[in-house]
Amino acid sequence: MKIPRLGERLVALVLLATLLFTPPLVQVFDRPADGLSWLPLYLFVAWGTVIALAAWLLEQRPGE
Amino acid sequence: MRTDAVVLSVAFGYLALLFVIAAWGDRRAEQGRSLIGSPTVYALSIAVYCTAWTFYGSVGRAAEHGPSFLLIYLGPTLAMLLSPFLIRKMVRIASVQRITSIADFISARYGKSSSLGALVALIALIGITPYITLQLKAITVSHAVLVNYPHAPELSLADEAFWVDKSFWVALVLAVFIILFGTRHLDASERHEGMVAAIAFESMIKLVAFISVGIFVVFVMFHGPGDLFAQVAASPELVGSLGLDAVPGGASGWIGMLVLAFLAFITLPRQFQVLVVENVDERHLKRASWLFPLYLLAINLFVIPIAMAGMLLSAGDPDSYVLTLPLSAGLEALPLLVFIGGLSAATSMVIVETIALSTMVSNQLIMPLLLRSRRLHLGSRGELAGWLLGIRRVAIVLILLLGYLYHALIGDSYSLVTIGLVSFAAASQFAPAMLIGMYWRGATRRGAALGLIAGTLIWAWTLLIPGFAQSGWVDDTFLTLGPFGLEWLRPYALFGLEDWDIYSHSLLWSLTANVGLLVGISLFTRQSPLEQTQAALFTEAMHPGLMETSLWHGQTTRGELRNLLDRYLGTGATARVFAGQGDSQVGNGYGNDQPAPPEMIARAEQALSGALGNASARVLINSVVRGEALDLESILSILDTTSETLEVNRRLEQKSEELARASEELRAANERLRELDRLKDEFVAMVSHELRTPLTSIRAFAEILRDSDDLPDEKRVHFLNVVVKESQRLSRLIEEILDLARLESGRLTLNPQHLDLVELTRHSVDAVHHMQENRGVALEVQIEVEQAPVVGDPDRLEQVIINLLDNAGKFADETSPKVLLRLGRYKNHYRLAVEDNGPGIVEEERERVFEKFHQIQRPGETPEKIRGRPRGSGLGLPISRGIVAHLGGRLWVEDAPALGGACLTMELPEAPES
Repeated sequence: MKIPRLGERLVALVLLATLLFTPPLVQVFDRPADGLSWLPLYLFVAWGTVIALAAWLLEQRPGE
Repeated sequence: MRTDAVVLSVAFGYLALLFVIAAWGDRRAEQGRSLIGSPTVYALSIAVYCTAWTFYGSVGRAAEHGPSFLLIYLGPTLAMLLSPFLIRKMVRIASVQRITSIADFISARYGKSSSLGALVALIALIGITPYITLQLKAITVSHAVLVNYPHAPELSLADEAFWVDKSFWVALVLAVFIILFGTRHLDASERHEGMVAAIAFESMIKLVAFISVGIFVVFVMFHGPGDLFAQVAASPELVGSLGLDAVPGGASGWIGMLVLAFLAFITLPRQFQVLVVENVDERHLKRASWLFPLYLLAINLFVIPIAMAGMLLSAGDPDSYVLTLPLSAGLEALPLLVFIGGLSAATSMVIVETIALSTMVSNQLIMPLLLRSRRLHLGSRGELAGWLLGIRRVAIVLILLLGYLYHALIGDSYSLVTIGLVSFAAASQFAPAMLIGMYWRGATRRGAALGLIAGTLIWAWTLLIPGFAQSGWVDDTFLTLGPFGLEWLRPYALFGLEDWDIYSHSLLWSLTANVGLLVGISLFTRQSPLEQTQAALFTEAMHPGLMETSLWHGQTTRGELRNLLDRYLGTGATARVFAGQGDSQVGNGYGNDQPAPPEMIARAEQALSGALGNASARVLINSVVRGEALDLESILSILDTTSETLEVNRRLEQKSEELARASEELRAANERLRELDRLKDEFVAMVSHELRTPLTSIRAFAEILRDSDDLPDEKRVHFLNVVVKESQRLSRLIEEILDLARLESGRLTLNPQHLDLVELTRHSVDAVHHMQENRGVALEVQIEVEQAPVVGDPDRLEQVIINLLDNAGKFADETSPKVLLRLGRYKNHYRLAVEDNGPGIVEEERERVFEKFHQIQRPGETPEKIRGRPRGSGLGLPISRGIVAHLGGRLWVEDAPALGGACLTMELPEAPES
C-alpha cells in the first residue's frame, strides 16, 4: 500500500516551499508594477502551487 | 435592526447552537457513529489556529505592515507539509503514552518529571492567558463597533461595570460550555468529540463570514480587484504598503516571523490539543496536511483587498475594517454575520485553549501538589475521581476569569497583533525541549529545564515586560536607556543588536539560550534510568513492535490495583481498564488476592496517565507496586538491541546474499567438473575402443600367420599388408590422440609464419587428389583470389585442409559423390569452404560434430551399413577446430550453398602486412 518514495518527494516539496517563501527569492518579486509590489500576488501563487503539489502527492493511490 | 437586543440574541443564539452541536457530537460518539472520524473535520478543527486575531487582526496588520501577516500562515503551511514525519510521530507517541497536553509530553519525555511538567504548565499559563484575553477583547470591541457605528466605539472599560461588558457574559457561557463538553469524563482515551465537532463548525462559520465580507468589499464596493488595485496604485501614500519595505525588520524580520509561526503552530497548547490529543486516526494527517493550508489560503485571500479598501476609504481603526466597511455601505445583515464570524473565531480558540490549559494546570500543577500532601494521599476513602474533575472545572473558571481580569486591567493599551505574537514567542520556548527531545536521545531533564527557564526569562525581558512598560504599568525609561543605565541590556536591543524587529530579536536570543543550554547541559549531565527509557521510547517511537514489550515487572495484587483505579478514575473507567483482561469476576471480589500480571499494571498506569498525567500516574503506581517496579535495564537493552539488531540483520542479509551467490557459482563449477569427468571417462572408453579395433585385427592376422605355415604366398602378403595398414592406422590414431591432448592442455607447438593460403590449398588438393579419384569423388576447386596471405603453421593447416576434404569425400553422395572447395575473401578474412553433396548435417548436430569421437549417424543408415564405408576416428574435426582456433580463426558447419550437403567453413584473418 505504500507509495514509493513519498517521503523523499515530500521532503523535496518542503525544501521547495521554504525556498519560495523566504528571501532572497521573495526579494526578487518585490518589484514595483504600476507602483505596487508584486510580492503579495507572488506569495499567493507560490502558496497555492505548493498546496496543489502536496495534494497531488498525498492523494495519489498506489499503483496509479 | 442593529439594536443591542438583536445583536445579543443572535450572539447567544449562536452559542446555544454550539451547545446543540457539541451535545449531538457527544451523543454520536456514544453510539459509536463518530462525527469527527473524517480527515476534513480534523483539518477544520486544526483551523482553531485562526482566532479573532486572524479575523480582525490580519487586516490590521496588512494595513500596517504589508504582506508580513501572511508569514503567520506560511509557517504552519510548512509545518503541515512536514506533518507526515513530525506530527505523525507526536501523535504516535501521545497515543502510546496517553499524553494529554504539551506539558505532559515534555514531562514524559524527560523521565516523567513532575517539576518539568509544572514548569511548562506555568510558562503556558503566563504566556497564553493574555491570548485568551485578546479573544475576549475582540468580542467586546467588535460588539461596541457594531452597536455604536457610526460613532467611534468609546471604550473605557474601567468606567463600565463588568456586568455591562458583553465579553464577561460570553466568557461565562463559554465556561459552562467547556465544563460541560470538556470535562465530562477523565479517561483521556475518550476524546472530546462534541467539542471538536463544534470547533469544526465554528471554523466553517468564520471562513464563510470572512469570504463574504471580502467578496462584498471587492465586487460590490469596488468593481473587482482590478478597480481596487488601480485606485491603490493611484494613491501615493499606499503605494509602498504592499512591498517588503513595509515588513518590520526587512529580510531578517521576514525569516524570524516565519520561524516563529512554524514553531508556535506545533507548540501552542491549543494546537497540540487539536493536532495530537484530539487526533482520532493517524491517517487523517495525510489529507489535513494539504487541506489545512488550503483553508489558511482561503481565509487570507481577501485580507489585502479589505485592508487596502479600508485605507482608501479611511474606515477607522484597521483592526475593525471587516466590520466598518460593510457598515459604511449601510448594510445590516452582513455586519452581523461578520460579528458572528469573529465571535466563532474567538470562542473556538477560548474553548480549546482553556481545555488545554486547565488540563495542564490540574495535572501538572495541582495534582502533584495534592499527591505530595500526606493527608490526602493516605485518605483512601473518598472517590478522588470527582475531585479531579472538580479541580479541572475550577481551573477552567479561574483561567477564564484571569483572562477577563487581564482584559479589564490592560484594556486598550495593546493592539491585537501584539499580544498574539507575544504568546507565540512564549509557546516557541517549548519547541527545543519537544523537537530535540523527539529526535536526540541524549537530551536530559536538566538541560531541558534550564533551557526552558533561560528562554522564558529572555522572552519576558525582551517582550513581556516592555509590553507592560508601554502600557504605562512600569516606568519605560529602561527601554531606551537600559536597566540601571546598562545600555547593553536594553530589551529591544539586547547586547547591542539594533534594528531588528522586536519578535525576531526576542526569538533569536531566547531560542539561542534555550537550545544552547539544552544541548550544552545535556552533553555534560547524566540521565536517570527512567529518563533513558523514556528518551528511547520517544526517539524510537516509529519503530514497529517496540511498544508491545511489557514494562512492569513489580508485584502487586489485583485488588490493590483495582482500589487505586477506583479511587482516581471511578468505577466505570476502572471496569473498562479491567474489561480487556478477561476476568469479570474480579468485580465480585474474586481473585483480588491474585498477583496482577505485568500487562494489567501497564494498562493501569496508562489509564492513570490519561487522566492525571504521566508524572502523577507514576507516583501512584509506585505506591502500590512493590519491588523493582520497572525493569529498566532490560528495556534499555531491548531498545539498544533493536537498533543494533536492525544493523546486524542488514549485514546478515548482505552476507547471506553473497553466500547464495557463491554457492550458486560453486554449484555451477561442480556441474561443469562432473561433466568434464564424464567426458574424460567417455574419452578413455572411446580411445580404448578405437585402439583395440586395429590391435585386434593385427593380432588376429599375426596369429594366422604364425599358426598356419601352409598359407599361399599371396594370402600371406595380403595379411601382412593388412597388418601394416592397421599398424599405420593405429599410429595415426595415437598421433591424433597426442595432438588432441596437446591442444587441450595448450602445449601444442605451432610454428606460425606468413604463408599463402592459395598455394597451401593447391598443395593439399594435389595430395588428396589421387585418393579422391580412387574413391570416385569428383573434386572441384574454385579459388577466387590471387593470393591469401595468412599467418599459420603450414603443416598443421595442410592437415586441416586434407582432413576437411577427406571428410567431405566420405560423406558425399554414395552414387555420384561430389566435393567443392572454395577459397575467397570475406571482409579482412579468408574463407575456405568445403562442400559435399551428401545429406547434410541437421541443425542440432552441427556443433556436436566437433566433439571428440563423434560419429555422424546418417538418416536411414544402420550401424551395419556404416561398416561398408570408410570410417574416421572422430578426432579429425575437433583437432582441426583446435588448430584453427589457435591461429585466431574459426571453423564451423553450415548448409552447402552449391551442392546442398554440408559445408565446413574455415575462416582465417588476413595477415598484417609486414
